[in-house]
Amino acid sequence: MHHSIEIDRLSFSYPDGHRALQDISLHIQLCEKVALVGPNGAGKSTLILHLNGILRGQGSLRVCGLEVKEPNLGRIRAMVGLVFQSPEDQLFSPTVYDDVAFGPLYQGLSPEEVQQRVEQALAAVHMSGYARRVSHHLSLGEKKRIAIATVLSMQPEVLVLDEPTSGLDPRARRSLINLLRELPLTMLASTHDMLLVQELFPRMVIMDEGRIVADGKTQALMNDAELLEAHGLEKPVYKEDRKTGIT
Amino acid sequence: MFYAPLPMHIPDGFLSVVVSVILWIISIIIIGYALRRVSQDLGERQVPLMGVLAAAIFAGQMLNFSVTGGTSGHLLGAAIATILLGPWAGALILTCVVSIQALIFQDGGILALGANLFNMAVVGVAVSYFAFTSLQKMFGKNNWGLFVSGFVAAWLSIFIAALCAALELALSGTSPANIAVPAMGGIHAIIGIGEGLITVGALAFLRAARNDLLDKTTLEPIKGKLVWGVGLVIAIALAILSPLASSHPDGLEWVAEQKGFLDIAQPPLYNIIPDYVMPGISNEAVATITAGIIGTLIVFGVALGVAYFRRRSAT
Amino acid sequence: MALLWESLISAAVLQHKKDMHIHYLDPFREISSPIHELDPRVKLVLSLAFIITTALVSPGVWPVYILLLAIIFSVIILSRLGFLFVLKRSLLALPFVFAALPVIFTIKGNSLVSIMAGSWILTASTQGLERFISIAFKSWISVQTAIVLASSTPFPDLLMAMRAIHIPRLLVAIFGLMWRYLFVLVDEALRLMRARLARSGETGLPDRKTGGSIAWRAQVTGGMAGSLFLRALERSDHIYNAMLSRGYNGEVFTLDLPGLRPAQWFALFGGLGLLLALLMISFLF
Repeated sequence: MHHSIEIDRLSFSYPDGHRALQDISLHIQLCEKVALVGPNGAGKSTLILHLNGILRGQGSLRVCGLEVKEPNLGRIRAMVGLVFQSPEDQLFSPTVYDDVAFGPLYQGLSPEEVQQRVEQALAAVHMSGYARRVSHHLSLGEKKRIAIATVLSMQPEVLVLDEPTSGLDPRARRSLINLLRELPLTMLASTHDMLLVQELFPRMVIMDEGRIVADGKTQALMNDAELLEAHGLEKPVYKEDRKTGIT
Repeated sequence: MFYAPLPMHIPDGFLSVVVSVILWIISIIIIGYALRRVSQDLGERQVPLMGVLAAAIFAGQMLNFSVTGGTSGHLLGAAIATILLGPWAGALILTCVVSIQALIFQDGGILALGANLFNMAVVGVAVSYFAFTSLQKMFGKNNWGLFVSGFVAAWLSIFIAALCAALELALSGTSPANIAVPAMGGIHAIIGIGEGLITVGALAFLRAARNDLLDKTTLEPIKGKLVWGVGLVIAIALAILSPLASSHPDGLEWVAEQKGFLDIAQPPLYNIIPDYVMPGISNEAVATITAGIIGTLIVFGVALGVAYFRRRSAT
Repeated sequence: MALLWESLISAAVLQHKKDMHIHYLDPFREISSPIHELDPRVKLVLSLAFIITTALVSPGVWPVYILLLAIIFSVIILSRLGFLFVLKRSLLALPFVFAALPVIFTIKGNSLVSIMAGSWILTASTQGLERFISIAFKSWISVQTAIVLASSTPFPDLLMAMRAIHIPRLLVAIFGLMWRYLFVLVDEALRLMRARLARSGETGLPDRKTGGSIAWRAQVTGGMAGSLFLRALERSDHIYNAMLSRGYNGEVFTLDLPGLRPAQWFALFGGLGLLLALLMISFLF
């Protein structure tokens, strides 16, 4: 079985000289769920944008067994579903259906296949009745789900999420967490939501100043208060309360 | 290859001073009137609304779609701005966009800005408005009517604006009318299709998301005699000039020379290469080069002197 | 410049950062130089006068052209922007020159060289060539002037200069707000394009035509434009409310402009005098 993501010694500098990634190495197995945490400006979003070749740095990068280089980019973009932080950027069609159908249509699938993909993707995010709805009128939580459906319709192997829970109210956040738990995909999520990390991601990678500073079991890293504090993170404090049902 | 967004922003140097100045005057009058109208209609809301939407049209022009072999289609936005906000606000928004492009990004000249404003902010918007409102009346307010009207308005706005640019180049003696008109017209007839399709896409989005915005503008009747007047003048000018240009290749230049329009068409008082078919060097050429070199030395001398004394005074 | 545009966009989609402080689109370069320090009003007026002078010079008056070029080159040296910077930007305006290419052959005069193309005979004339080179030269000089103006003057200073030359205050206020939100909305447009790119995948099966039809792609782009406008429209509501809550009542208040100092008057009239002299010289030929 191949790794879904194999990054070896990846570095990247922006044209203005700012070194956003330095010597990143990260291997993620098929169906593994990994959280990427770290302060703002740590390089999390930059790293995510490398996974389907939108940004190209130095070093070795293989996704779904394919090297990330020009002739493979089309394939890789179909296999890596990138869900951006703001669903507004991802939903630019008049109806939900059009947005979810974008990927399959771009891939040149037949109308029946497109229809089937859209139905499957909407069912997977529990939004089956929404195909004819107008994205603009949905709530943020609904938009996030539709944004996930727009990449699920490509039937990706890897789901990459940038700040999936930011801006959501508690109920929308809860239902999104449940949804992510159900999806049988390799998952890499950049987030500040440490409760989400604790609940959903067995493995955690901490980034700071363009480097990976820690990579290990979430449980273990969460208990290293010094490490978390050094990189601007906090251990979620309500864990005990929640377990015992006291809030 | 078409170089994008639109090969329609005329740079400086391509228009004669007379053509530039006349178009500046026309543009200033119409835009000044638009400014007053928008103040009346929108009141204190106009600064934020016009400013942000001008920024949006500017940003919207960056959105592209690939056509074939590395070329891509872009939006000009005169039609969508006009359909959304009416002709006066549309003209004002395009004025801001075209001016900032010239002033900050050198997309289009500064002296030529009057002409570029005329082509895009005045003619482009006026054509969009007349095409859209007339077609809306014919088709009614269903989806198809909206999309067909939007497509035609967008296509025409590009095509007619390009014809205006071509005629301005011809009047300036920069590009012969029998070449400029079909070339600009032909290229923009194709580019206009992209504009039309993007406009329809945008209308479809807005129809779905905020139908109220489109309802409001489609109801707006044509107001004011000036609009009709300007439309009429443009229509007549095009009707007269276009056939003249295509049937009588040198017609425009002939008219221009007779009227003394072409300040650059006067015979030069001296000739660099007199009586030679092959380029050679004559006394005049030598004199020219010498004069140039001496002048250049003087100018550079002054510049370097300033730089030198500045550095000295700074330390 | 349109080419510049295309390359800027594709580079920006791929490489632009979330929170870039000096936006890659803003041509202003913060350097200390006499040109940067020149009063923006003086600079704007002189730039306009220079471009107008260039336009007024008859074709083929080469000594004056060379002098104009020498002046703008000197200004570039003084501005410390660097020749390469200005040259690179200015050359991107070149494609439009093709529009003027036919004049070489259509203007009648002393024949220079004849090109046989099948049954067509194109005869280039000296006068035609002279006109063509003059157009290209004027265009190049003017665009360099515009580049120096934009690269050596921060936009707020330009707004101040626009008010000084009596561009309506309301229009200047709209320009100002547009500038403020230009980069925000350009970033939004780039994020939209990036999100589209991320979903533009292939199946890997050879019989699938990737990319859909051109018309479909154009309409998707239209949807992006529509969503961009709608968000801008709604944003303008928020801005309006924020302005109202700070006491805005439709009146655009601005501080009085400071008067020009004697040295600035001298620069203004010295520059204008020089240009006038050049123009006189050009008429002598």
